[in-house]
Amino acid sequence: MKQIFNIIFSTQFFYSILRISTPIMFASMGALITSRAGVINIGLEGIMLFAALSGVIFSAASGSAWVGFLGAVVTGVLIAILMSYVALVLKSHITLTGIAINMFASGCTVFILYLVTGDKGISSSLASKVMPSVELPLINKIPIIGEIFSGHNILTYLSFLGVLFTYILLNKTVVGLRIRAVGENEQAALSVGAKPVKYQFIAMLISGVLAGMGGAYMSMGYVSWFSRDMVAGRGFIALAAQQLGQGTTLGTMSATLVFGTADALANNLQALQMPSEFVQSIPYVTTIVGLVVFSIAKQRKELKRIRENNSKTA
Amino acid sequence: MNSKTIEKRFDVIRTILAVIIALLIALVVIIIVSDDPMNALYNFLIGPITNARRFANVIELSIPLMFCGLAVSIMFAADQSNMASEGAFYVSCAVTSVIAVLWELPAFLHVIVCLAAGTITGIIIMCIPAVLKAKWQANELVSSLMLNYICLYMGNYIIRTRVLDTSLGITTSLVFKETASLPNLIPGTRLHLGLVFVILAVILCYIMMYHTGLGYAIRTIGQNKNFAKYAGMGVGGVVLLTQVMGGALAGFGGATEMIGMYNRFQYQGLPQYGFDGMLIAIMAKYNPALVPVAAIFLAYIRTGADIMNRTSDVPYEIISVIQSAIIMLVVAKMFLNNLKHKQIVKYSKMQMEKKEAS
Repeated sequence: MKQIFNIIFSTQFFYSILRISTPIMFASMGALITSRAGVINIGLEGIMLFAALSGVIFSAASGSAWVGFLGAVVTGVLIAILMSYVALVLKSHITLTGIAINMFASGCTVFILYLVTGDKGISSSLASKVMPSVELPLINKIPIIGEIFSGHNILTYLSFLGVLFTYILLNKTVVGLRIRAVGENEQAALSVGAKPVKYQFIAMLISGVLAGMGGAYMSMGYVSWFSRDMVAGRGFIALAAQQLGQGTTLGTMSATLVFGTADALANNLQALQMPSEFVQSIPYVTTIVGLVVFSIAKQRKELKRIRENNSKTA
Repeated sequence: MNSKTIEKRFDVIRTILAVIIALLIALVVIIIVSDDPMNALYNFLIGPITNARRFANVIELSIPLMFCGLAVSIMFAADQSNMASEGAFYVSCAVTSVIAVLWELPAFLHVIVCLAAGTITGIIIMCIPAVLKAKWQANELVSSLMLNYICLYMGNYIIRTRVLDTSLGITTSLVFKETASLPNLIPGTRLHLGLVFVILAVILCYIMMYHTGLGYAIRTIGQNKNFAKYAGMGVGGVVLLTQVMGGALAGFGGATEMIGMYNRFQYQGLPQYGFDGMLIAIMAKYNPALVPVAAIFLAYIRTGADIMNRTSDVPYEIISVIQSAIIMLVVAKMFLNNLKHKQIVKYSKMQMEKKEAS
């Protein structure tokens, strides 16, 4: 027990929460924007996987991490376009399209990896680059705070800028208003001239950019290689985080940090005498528990509201 | 003929065309990446029928695919996006393996116990997302996808702690007892009694779906839940029952696969039969009678891709391109929609002219 407390109350632990939350943060912001437009983007998982691979390939080919990053983002957008085209223009079932995209990503990335490196598991033979880490000036001089918040990969900071961007986009811009209107009520939005498909497409593109950055972080920050199925359900965890966040930016960010904490805890518990399979399951168990807790809270709230209404009428 | 049969006929045409387009995409990819595309294509397309053993492989592979395809068909027909077939199949394989290795039972009884244990495991796993949804409205898609990861680790844990064979470098279980094995149907192949089981399952599921009140309720709920509710159908119970049946099919399929095909547990990760089951269910339009057709097709291209993988420079994973293209095109409502509308309009005009003439 004491050992666990020592781990939790260390600065490295809080540092690792931010590090681990980064890819989920990007994806959950993408999930949030699309869900506000009334679309469930199950394909986030696949988009991240494709982006992670192209980050490695482009950075190895060009010798520049930034080119790799750009390649990852462009790939993310392209996959998002493919998915939106099939789902929104050809009018197919959005969930099934998303699952198809994930299947496609899972196999096709291995296919491409094999063609490029001759290996089906890992890209270690490619000299891919890693995005730089940033020491925050002034903040890194503060004890404890500096150790937690400074020295992260640049994409970790970018993920929090992504949260800010999402907040501003959804709450302060015309596009955001339209996106929300389309998600709230397609017919009403259409009647005032906001084409649902257009704004859903825009939301999908933005989520492609965000998930692309998340994928880039996976292979060029979190670790420095690509391995098969390395995204490991983070896209789905992001979807759960968005549901837990009840459609708000701050709520989604908080839920993501909760999942990140569970993940960080799992990583640290590996040092203890726990079966590794249990430890590896923790992020997924937390997600399911989170979903249930959220649903119970929502039900209670509704019950309370009904009771209040009843007492008012009585 | 009426506009409904035109719709139905277009469903079939669309599925076939989707398959053809997907295969064409794969062919183009093979031609681009391979140094010897003719050899690769030959092995991919003709490989599985060049000898009896390879064709037997296709049928062997189609058995677990049919079980999972049936499981997903029943659940999707009731509009339940429960994807836990993958996890249910895997854990049921692990549980079956433990019983097959450790328990001492007479031959016939051992097989029965293995199959029963696998089935029950499958039901338990599949019901987790179902119950979470019924009780707390937790999204079954997300929870079942998460559950699959948990199942992977759960299965590995069961194998590692109970029946791990440490003599080999990779994770495998100890060898099953002789008594825990399904009889072989044709000597020289691995075709086992599971084939008979799965054919029975297809027939039973078809009768259930199209000739019983339960099947009618499932299909009605899938099309319009509120209508079903107002018509007085017990929606909650039927929905749960579809997932119990789905779990039973996936679990039974897992157990059959284990003791029919193998003599030890040797999966190194999720075998993806659950996701393949989804593809099969979509291609079969959730109709159990069409599940074998879709499953054999998928087994054929998978076997072909495997042969190509071994005999040429094109990796097996080309299969994912075909699979995802088929799903996207089959479920796309607008694909061939114009053509369908034209047909319906043309037909209606003809009807009108007939009326006027008479």
